[in-house]
Amino acid sequence: MKMKNKSTWFSRKTLSIAATVMACGALSTGAMGAGAGLSSSEVDAPTLRRLTAQQYQRMIADLFGPDVKIAGRFEPVQRQGGLLEVGTSTVGLTSSGLEQYDAIARGVAAEALDAEHRNVLMPCKPAAENAPDQACAQQFFNFVGPHLYRRPLTTEELSVQVDLATDAAKNLKSFYRGLELSLASMLVQPQFIYRQERVVPVKGTPGRFELDAYSKASRLSFFFWDAAPDEQLLAAAKTGKLDSAKGIAQEVDRLLASPRLEDGMRAFFSDMLGFSEFDTLAKDAALYPNYTRQVAEDAREQTYRTIVNHLINEKGDYRGLFTTRKTFLTPILGSMYQVPIAHKSPNGYPETAWAAHEYPEGDPRVGILTQMSFVSLHSHPGRTSPTLRGKALREMIMCQRVPDPPGAVEFTVVQDTSNPLYKTARDRLNAHATEAMCTGCHKITDPMGLALENFDSDGAFRTTENGVTLDTSGTLDRASFVDAPSLGKAVHDNPAITMCLVNRLTSYSLGRGPAKSEAAWVKSLNEAFATQGYRVPDLMRTIATSPEFYQVSVSQPE
Amino acid sequence: MTYSLNRRSILRGMMGGTAVAVGLPLLDIFLDSNGEALADGGPLPKCFVSWFQGLGYAPGHWEPKTVGPNYDFGVHLRALTPLKSKINIFSGMKIYMDSFPANAHSSGPQGILQGGLADPSLPSLDQIIADAVGTRTRFRSMEVACDGSTEAYSRRSATAINAPENDPAKLYARIFGPDFKDPNAADFTPDPVVMARKSVLSTIRDKREKLVKHIGAADKARMDEHFTALRALENRLAIELEKPAPLEACAIPQAVETPVKGRLITEARTCNQLMAALFAHAMACGQTHVGHLSFGGSLSNLRRAGSQQTFHMFSHEEQIDPALGYQKEFEWFSNQATEALLDFARAFESYKEGKGNLLDRSLIMYSTDSGYAKTHSLENLPMMTIGSAGGALKTGIHVQAKGDTVTRVGLTVQQAMGVSVGDWGTQSNNTSKTITEIVA
Repeated sequence: MKMKNKSTWFSRKTLSIAATVMACGALSTGAMGAGAGLSSSEVDAPTLRRLTAQQYQRMIADLFGPDVKIAGRFEPVQRQGGLLEVGTSTVGLTSSGLEQYDAIARGVAAEALDAEHRNVLMPCKPAAENAPDQACAQQFFNFVGPHLYRRPLTTEELSVQVDLATDAAKNLKSFYRGLELSLASMLVQPQFIYRQERVVPVKGTPGRFELDAYSKASRLSFFFWDAAPDEQLLAAAKTGKLDSAKGIAQEVDRLLASPRLEDGMRAFFSDMLGFSEFDTLAKDAALYPNYTRQVAEDAREQTYRTIVNHLINEKGDYRGLFTTRKTFLTPILGSMYQVPIAHKSPNGYPETAWAAHEYPEGDPRVGILTQMSFVSLHSHPGRTSPTLRGKALREMIMCQRVPDPPGAVEFTVVQDTSNPLYKTARDRLNAHATEAMCTGCHKITDPMGLALENFDSDGAFRTTENGVTLDTSGTLDRASFVDAPSLGKAVHDNPAITMCLVNRLTSYSLGRGPAKSEAAWVKSLNEAFATQGYRVPDLMRTIATSPEFYQVSVSQPE
Repeated sequence: MTYSLNRRSILRGMMGGTAVAVGLPLLDIFLDSNGEALADGGPLPKCFVSWFQGLGYAPGHWEPKTVGPNYDFGVHLRALTPLKSKINIFSGMKIYMDSFPANAHSSGPQGILQGGLADPSLPSLDQIIADAVGTRTRFRSMEVACDGSTEAYSRRSATAINAPENDPAKLYARIFGPDFKDPNAADFTPDPVVMARKSVLSTIRDKREKLVKHIGAADKARMDEHFTALRALENRLAIELEKPAPLEACAIPQAVETPVKGRLITEARTCNQLMAALFAHAMACGQTHVGHLSFGGSLSNLRRAGSQQTFHMFSHEEQIDPALGYQKEFEWFSNQATEALLDFARAFESYKEGKGNLLDRSLIMYSTDSGYAKTHSLENLPMMTIGSAGGALKTGIHVQAKGDTVTRVGLTVQQAMGVSVGDWGTQSNNTSKTITEIVA
């Protein structure tokens, strides 16, 4: 097919997921070196990305109001390359999944156009409420269409929605019911559910292609705000502002300066840290009666607030997330952490209010690894797991894949917490790791996990297990530590964590892992990150102002 | 916790531990003298359920000692004795690995339900059958999971995985909510809103080529899935616009209002009972003919209250009791699963239709992920079918294979359900040999 000088969709080259199969003795270097963790030899052409549940909800709230309900469930996305956002590039929809989308769409459309909301939403009033009004319907879809599809509707698309509204209004003898059905139909169409990107030739560089302006606007807004482009960004796309580096830089600065950056930061770290698992996390009520659903939700929120405060408010070094003593607590979390948080109701702030807290020197709660969210998420329902915690640290924060355990393994000694010979998890794991097939992997996961043994499965602090004082010493890639705070320092100093962050953030923004041909770009991002003092918003700016962020391969146009 | 379930009390007895007959009135005018066919001579449609429980059974302790009819259950399956005459057992079946690595707990379901390990994009058995028998029902199929999981073992392709419903209350609302049309209602008026919605969807489908232009080849399959799903929705609305054929045995249950979600085995048992009742009602009322229920996934985290260990942990970690010859705690969990399977089948058996019952025209297929969970073995996988699929299969038979591929069961089940297929499975798991011992 000959390239035409207009926006066109292209096929995406098959993503060759590098299956990193290795023995634990030779741990994958993941993000350890330049070019590592790259997924395919060429930059992929853009692909469809299905909106996440959070993005869907945010779009509806932004356009129709935060009180419009989303009643239904979204089909799950499979994590790829460590991120759900990458999984959205391959996931499809089943008929039962679409049935859910349809139910949600009908609910949203009905509420958005009910008597209460329509007065705010509608740009016009129909001539009569019991009959079609094509002109008013057209105004309506001209207004909502670009927000839902993240670009202006084509003439054909606009005409379809107006005709649908007209026919339905005629049949149902109601302008608003007709509009409602037509609006609901937009919400089940792929143009809404999937983020589609279009490419155009790069001006002045024959043979090279980049995203068109509206696709750039979408990439930017979902990256920084986890939301669809706002009016200003759509206007920037329309006026050609996003065609220039200067214009992009101005918009990036605006996105970074907005309070909505917090939404984007939360969305990224939620994905990177696997916080969607909180939705199904449960602790045994008999063993951990204090670990309620509210505690779990507050624990997740505590980590979000710590991250946002450190990275955005204080413009802190990313590595400092593992050594910071600053956090935020609710009264209920305070009781779990044994930190008194004042209740000031009824005349002060309510009991659920968050209070800033800084742990004193010498306190074991240092960095996000010691927070309840991390230690409770990576534990069994009824006991801790140094292996799960160490594995999570290696995989989520250092981008190093730890293989699954082999099939025929004798675990009995690990699990029997009542065995008088092995009173602590360290004793049990040492006995277990005498099996040759287990030793390699446990060496790379357990030491860090054992350093967190002071924190029980529900996050509560403890110094002993079965009456024996816990030994929390160990090494991480030759750096020694004696307890959780010094583990935090070892993690802080490990170069894998910053390279991993660059890899994850780049993958998150692109919806795919960086390609081998982008190795030089990734290397330059790592260098820039270091120069910028490992400040994440600065790294986001560097990514989003790079030409590579918008360039695509079009070797197989269709 | 109270469950207000159903005016015919299908579950009232089951909640107490034993199933009760439904005893619904039947107007013979709609059914033939045997109660097993519609008055126009056509048989009542066949129904299929794929019932899954990960981790299987301890080898050597579930297989009947004798082959053919009148077998005796192995100790781990004895709970199924009340339905023995309806149950076929297949032992000695395996999944051929070919050149593919064994993936601890996922190769088993893939081999059994997708016909081998070569192509993870193939549809699962329930979806193949839904294509044959589910196109004229409101719901092509229903998928549920009782262990709180967001994933089960039903899929259209590698990227289109049916998300299971976890909450019986929500499944109730989906089936018997405001859009449900009682097939036995005297009056029927097509809903103008449904007519308008169908018209809207038809238009979108007709305009597809213009609406979604320039889609690349790699994404085309995903768009095909999307429009197939839209068509299924349109089809459902078309069905809602027709007066449904009377199904006198159809009883509308009362709403399930209390959410049931959790990972305790007791919660999963309750969920299974409620889901079984809803499946039975939905199938008797012609809302769907195909379902999938995952009682506990392959990495089953089902556990007892107050216990540190999950079912999955026990499978790997518990020592074999030298006196019993198997893992005692593991056996307790697997026995719970067996009783849950019995609960499920009895919900169908107790749903009377004329002189027979819903199970007579149904086929429930049990599958699991391993022949020996402790080692993730894919040899000697326990397999069972319950029901005759409307007389297509003989029942009450133990078939002892000698290393045959598991796909022989899947092929036989498909043919019994009316799927036009001569062979099934990939690479060494491809077979054209049905299990003739049970073909009626």
